[in-house]
Amino acid sequence: MKAVNVLTPSIDGKGLMMGKKGYTDDLAEKDSLIIKVLRSPYPFARIKKIDVFKALELVGVETIITHHDVPRVPFTRAGQGYPEPSPHDKFVLDEYVRYIGDEVCVVAAISEAICDEAIKLIEVEYEVLKPILDFEEALDNPNIIHPEAKIHEMFPIGFAPKRNLAASYKMEVGDVESTLKKADVVVKDTFYTQAQAHTMLEPHTVNARIDYQNRLIIYSSTQTPFHVRRIISQALGIPLAEIRVIKPRVGGGFGGKQAIHGEMFCALVTYRTGKPSKIVFSRTEVFEATYSRHPMKIEMAIGAMNDGRITAIDCHVLSDTGAYGEHALTVFMVTGSKVLPLYNKVDAVRFSGEVVYTNHTPAGAFRGYGAIQGNFALESIIDILARKLKFDPIKLRELNMMKEKETSPIFAIMGEGTEGTAMTMDTCKLDFCVKRGKELIGWERKYPRYDETPTSIKAVGMAIAMQGSGIPYIDMGAATIKLNDGGFFNLLVGATEIGQGSDTILTQIAAEELEVTVDKVIVYSSDTDLTPFDVGAYASSTTFVSGNAVLDAARKLKQKMVQEAARILECTSKDILYDGENFTNTTNNKLISLVDFANEITYSREQKQLSETGSYVGHKSPPPFMAGFVDLEIDKETFNIKILDYVSVVDCGTTINPKLAQGQVEGAIVQGLGMALWEEVKYSSSGKLISNSLLNYQIPTRLDINNLTTEFAESYEESGPFGAKSVGEVGIDTPPAAVANAVFNAIGIRITSLPITPEKIFRASQERKNTHEQE
Amino acid sequence: MKIKVYINDQWRTFDVEPSEYLLDTLRRYDYLSVRRGCDTTSCGVCTVLLDGKPVPSCSVLAVSVDNKAVTTVEGIKKEAEKISHYFGLEGADQCGFCNPALALTVYAMKQEFDNLSDHEIREYLIGNLCRCSGYIAQEKAVRKYLEDKS
Repeated sequence: MKAVNVLTPSIDGKGLMMGKKGYTDDLAEKDSLIIKVLRSPYPFARIKKIDVFKALELVGVETIITHHDVPRVPFTRAGQGYPEPSPHDKFVLDEYVRYIGDEVCVVAAISEAICDEAIKLIEVEYEVLKPILDFEEALDNPNIIHPEAKIHEMFPIGFAPKRNLAASYKMEVGDVESTLKKADVVVKDTFYTQAQAHTMLEPHTVNARIDYQNRLIIYSSTQTPFHVRRIISQALGIPLAEIRVIKPRVGGGFGGKQAIHGEMFCALVTYRTGKPSKIVFSRTEVFEATYSRHPMKIEMAIGAMNDGRITAIDCHVLSDTGAYGEHALTVFMVTGSKVLPLYNKVDAVRFSGEVVYTNHTPAGAFRGYGAIQGNFALESIIDILARKLKFDPIKLRELNMMKEKETSPIFAIMGEGTEGTAMTMDTCKLDFCVKRGKELIGWERKYPRYDETPTSIKAVGMAIAMQGSGIPYIDMGAATIKLNDGGFFNLLVGATEIGQGSDTILTQIAAEELEVTVDKVIVYSSDTDLTPFDVGAYASSTTFVSGNAVLDAARKLKQKMVQEAARILECTSKDILYDGENFTNTTNNKLISLVDFANEITYSREQKQLSETGSYVGHKSPPPFMAGFVDLEIDKETFNIKILDYVSVVDCGTTINPKLAQGQVEGAIVQGLGMALWEEVKYSSSGKLISNSLLNYQIPTRLDINNLTTEFAESYEESGPFGAKSVGEVGIDTPPAAVANAVFNAIGIRITSLPITPEKIFRASQERKNTHEQE
Repeated sequence: MKIKVYINDQWRTFDVEPSEYLLDTLRRYDYLSVRRGCDTTSCGVCTVLLDGKPVPSCSVLAVSVDNKAVTTVEGIKKEAEKISHYFGLEGADQCGFCNPALALTVYAMKQEFDNLSDHEIREYLIGNLCRCSGYIAQEKAVRKYLEDKS
């Protein structure tokens, strides 16, 4: 291998470190109108009257747009394949506001200060409605969050807005009730997972202008430029051909930019005024008025025989989608479909649940997307079961977990609102991951606890996880490669670089197939006018789906180059040996260098442009697997938890770029530790977001992470580019359960709700003390 | 009002509002490597060096830097290139939004201290948040840069 699976620094790292401009706000027109949004102060209200007259009088105010001024077309902001599995329950602006931070109206003015002043002059009369702020009270509540007509599902997803139900689903393999009855041991528990905020460091940012061809050009910090173009066209009635969406450098996404937020308003203002405009979300707006992770209540029951064979799993989920149903069904489905197949030898498995509306900030896509929630519940209850069976928890997993060449009926049943895709695991090195992780963490020496002192105790815990590699038959990626004079290539991809390194790894894949070094391939990503289509950066699709598209394009181009070289060297294609430097006619050893070849075909004889487009849609979604092990220390008095090390052993097939793959895993591990221990989106009892700044929403800092140990299993997935599977999400899944299991191993207290805070452990220890005293 | 600032080794005059923060002034004058990530002086992506010490430009009034030296990453080009080299080797680059600010802080730390422990390095850099990397790869790169005496 020349370019794949070898140390390759990010192709853009240096330019970005040197501060070159390239992020969305760097590219706004200097004379852009500034857009600000007047947001609802109530969790649920109807706008009775809105008077913008005084604000419009203010010098410098360009336009104010209210719900009276926009087409009333329901749509979903979720950036997903079309038709979307999310309900069309959102209007550009509406007479109802459904959470604190929901959009009331949009102001565009020549400066931020004038926008702020104008917003103060807008008079809004609200009919305040009774909100639903507890998701366990939402279903069939007499207060209906979406009473409006016209909202609809695109195909059956269990949408019933009159019941506050955004989506619902049920499936069963075998007979769960009777299998649980026959089991020697049954354990049941209920788990709660909190909302988590993405906290990418670049806030949501958009700007727009009309170009000299009278087209609407939008720069957006998005994960899904092609979906943005389609959604804007549908919701605003602007012809698709008049819109160009450019994704510049993006400062992090993690799913938070897999939907449209400011795009709609920028498009509206610029389309109507003809003037450039921009919107940069404040950090408060990012917290209050974009997305966070779906909070869930997960009821798990699991049955096993005394010999350790798990026979049945029953999982019921209640998910809180907040005010709108973006990704409502699909996140919830993943809680089953990318979690339950881990234990594929059961006789019966059931998954069911409801996704309900509440008057909280909408939930949306977030790395791990349902899997982290389900993994916390399942991998916690596996440890609980092991204890009841008096089984070693790792042995119990090894006995029951997915192995290579095996399958699960769940793959065929559960898809994205439609049926799933049957597949066997052509690569699954989970057994190696577990074994190697045990060694790296020192399990034999440390399990369950070690190094106890009067004030502290150390312990280990673990969990296993799986994810996917794109959505089969839905996620499509495409790439175009062209040869230039001078013998270098342009690689144009719809795949969306958002900081995960996709531009680098796709360049490596192209370079490898074209047998050149990475500096000979110039990548350009995500521009709806210039690059071929790609669904975008989500569902762990880029390496596998977009990578296969790049490989396809490169293969075709190489074939074409060989054909042309054969013409020039007067032989057949079969006689040509191409090594990235020269084409050699093997019958007479005549050769032409790639540089001369490229120059000749551009300038000299039978000139033509050599370029090829490849595309790919998966017929399966080979899951990456991993085992995660935490080593932690608990203070016996304060219950403060210190993470000493986190060991990850991952099977993601070939690592196209080992260091960047490690970066994906480690970044995800730390986000997962944030979810496990520290991060929590919190509302006041009146529905106001408390955690609306980086002062009271704390992501992990450098001092929270002492060490990370990351290794990859040797694995080659035939269906992936050069043997690769995707790796963007799987890292985030294991920390919550691994930490919960380690806390139990340390002090015998089982925490079943996230985050696992010292307060919760203290409360549980007090309860335990009281029970002991009563006994 | 006008202020005179010695920025990246040259004197420049900026026209500023009395209530304007340095971050907004710098972005207005196209120093776009200085960025806004939050509203609460928490994230560190707006870091610049003020007379050689890292400060969050989002909470420094522009008028207060009159006649002082301000450095953005463009002012430490050679050192930033070195830092970038080690980031590349460790795979520590991800979204890059916070990197110019981090480079400035790392450079200032190297100027100020020798022989820092891992914990001391973490304490010095704690104000530069990163949501992408998980920190450890960055710290390995930073350590190598600190050991580079070239």
